[in-house]
Amino acid sequence: MGPFVPEPISDQLNLVVALLLGVGFGFVLEQAGFSSSRRLAGLFYGYDFTVLRVFFTAALTAMSGVLLLGYFGWLDTDAIFVNPTWLVPTIVGGLIMGLGFVLGGYCPGTSVCAAAIGKVDAMFFVGGGLLGIFAFGEFYPLTKHFYDSTLLGPIKVFDSLGISQGLFAFLLIAVAVAAFTITSIIEKRVNPAAAPSLAFTRWKHVAAGAGVIVLGGILLVLPDRKAHLIERVSFPEYQATHAAVIMDVDELAFRIIDREPRMQIVDIRAPEAFATLALPGSRNVVVREFFGREFTPLFSQRHVKKVIVGDDEGKERAAYWLLQDLGYENLAVLRGGIGSFSTTILQPSSFIPTGTRWDPAVKQFRETARAGILGMIEQSKKSGEKVVKKEKKIQGGC
Amino acid sequence: MNTKYMNPYLAGFFLGLVLLATIFITGRGLGASGAIKSIVVAAVDAVSPAHAEQSTFYGPYVGAGKESPLKAWLVFEVAGVLIGAFISGLTADRLRIVTESGPRVNPRLRWVFALLGGALFGIGAQYARGCTSGAALSGMAVLSTAGFVAMMAIFGAGYAVAYFARKLWI
Repeated sequence: MGPFVPEPISDQLNLVVALLLGVGFGFVLEQAGFSSSRRLAGLFYGYDFTVLRVFFTAALTAMSGVLLLGYFGWLDTDAIFVNPTWLVPTIVGGLIMGLGFVLGGYCPGTSVCAAAIGKVDAMFFVGGGLLGIFAFGEFYPLTKHFYDSTLLGPIKVFDSLGISQGLFAFLLIAVAVAAFTITSIIEKRVNPAAAPSLAFTRWKHVAAGAGVIVLGGILLVLPDRKAHLIERVSFPEYQATHAAVIMDVDELAFRIIDREPRMQIVDIRAPEAFATLALPGSRNVVVREFFGREFTPLFSQRHVKKVIVGDDEGKERAAYWLLQDLGYENLAVLRGGIGSFSTTILQPSSFIPTGTRWDPAVKQFRETARAGILGMIEQSKKSGEKVVKKEKKIQGGC
Repeated sequence: MNTKYMNPYLAGFFLGLVLLATIFITGRGLGASGAIKSIVVAAVDAVSPAHAEQSTFYGPYVGAGKESPLKAWLVFEVAGVLIGAFISGLTADRLRIVTESGPRVNPRLRWVFALLGGALFGIGAQYARGCTSGAALSGMAVLSTAGFVAMMAIFGAGYAVAYFARKLWI
């Protein structure tokens, strides 16, 4: 499951990957003609819409790819970098850049491409960029307050518009197709000789158009797989028809004090509850995190029994089937949830005899277990045993 | 000069694939202006480390125990862009030392405006946390609000001032 940074691609190797991807980036940009300032400026004067076609197509291709890879679980969409929105600085910065685009005829990426093939004006553009950033750096203390203002976080555009992800993707594709058509018509008027043909007679044009419409349709109805899976296992009918391996409270207690190595307690409660009471050796993993990469190594170990502990058995079972759906094996739920474990083993409440001849042994065992487990919890608190640190978030941006 | 460029939709598709591969493999998008910033930081640090260290802008990137600012993902990526573009220009017979400008502008004046445009882009990219590649394109691929806002601001401003700058290009 992507992304592959920082495992298995180390920070060092990532630099080599950056270089290789950059080569691809530069090659395609130059092939598209983005190494020509006149061609780039053509967008604003209606004589060359290459920028629109390339930019829009690239954004949509990448966007569709991300959505589809995320849907199939090949890309951990919670782990990828989403650039945060500083609303006003982005608008102001964008306006300044737009002015720079029309005056300079390039943007930083294309200027590097053009400079690489010998365009002297591009070299001046890059030089200007160096000077501009230097000036910005020197005056930074004066504008820092503005620079940091209106941070809204890594928000998504469809949330800001109040529509679903799929609907937005579909609309964007529709807008792109409309823009391509309109600009082709404009280009025919302004620059008839060089404009590409509008004819839709060739089968490949029809195929491309149909393909785009199908893609838009797929993205429109693509359900949020995570929400869908979580919801499915929560239905009472599903729960009634699916069995789960159950572990009794006593068995868990025994395995804990026996320090059973082939067992891992997975605590699905909220972090606040986990902070208050955590069973020895347990890991806190909320249901949403089942889909990511962080805990895949933990869940994949087939010889280790993953015992799911939660507020109640219903939630435990839902988590159990979800993990099964995702392909993991050797799971169990704790009978009665953590509440049952607490009252039976941990709290010094009175022992309820079942009337069998095992009662004295069970009572004795539970007292031993209580002392042992409370001692283990106390010890891990004392040694300051911190919960395993979360993976560092991937940084991106420019 | 050979101006037989690739079909723009095809080029856009390939560019999208490169961007997708980048996101899939590294979890982040492409960029460009960040590399230029890294060069500025490294240069200032080389010329005057004291000034760099006590500056609020350069400070976080320099100082004892810190890696060189040039050892950054974007710097390596942009180095790749240079190589890739050069290879493309080589294979397409487009390698020429030349200044490109509109029909009514002489090269010297073009250089002035290129410099100015570059400076504006450099400044604008700081506030927007990226340029057309890093903020707009990569942002749009992950459907961030910032990406679309940046895209609209950049192209909106471009269209707004295009009329006044028309003598540069047409």
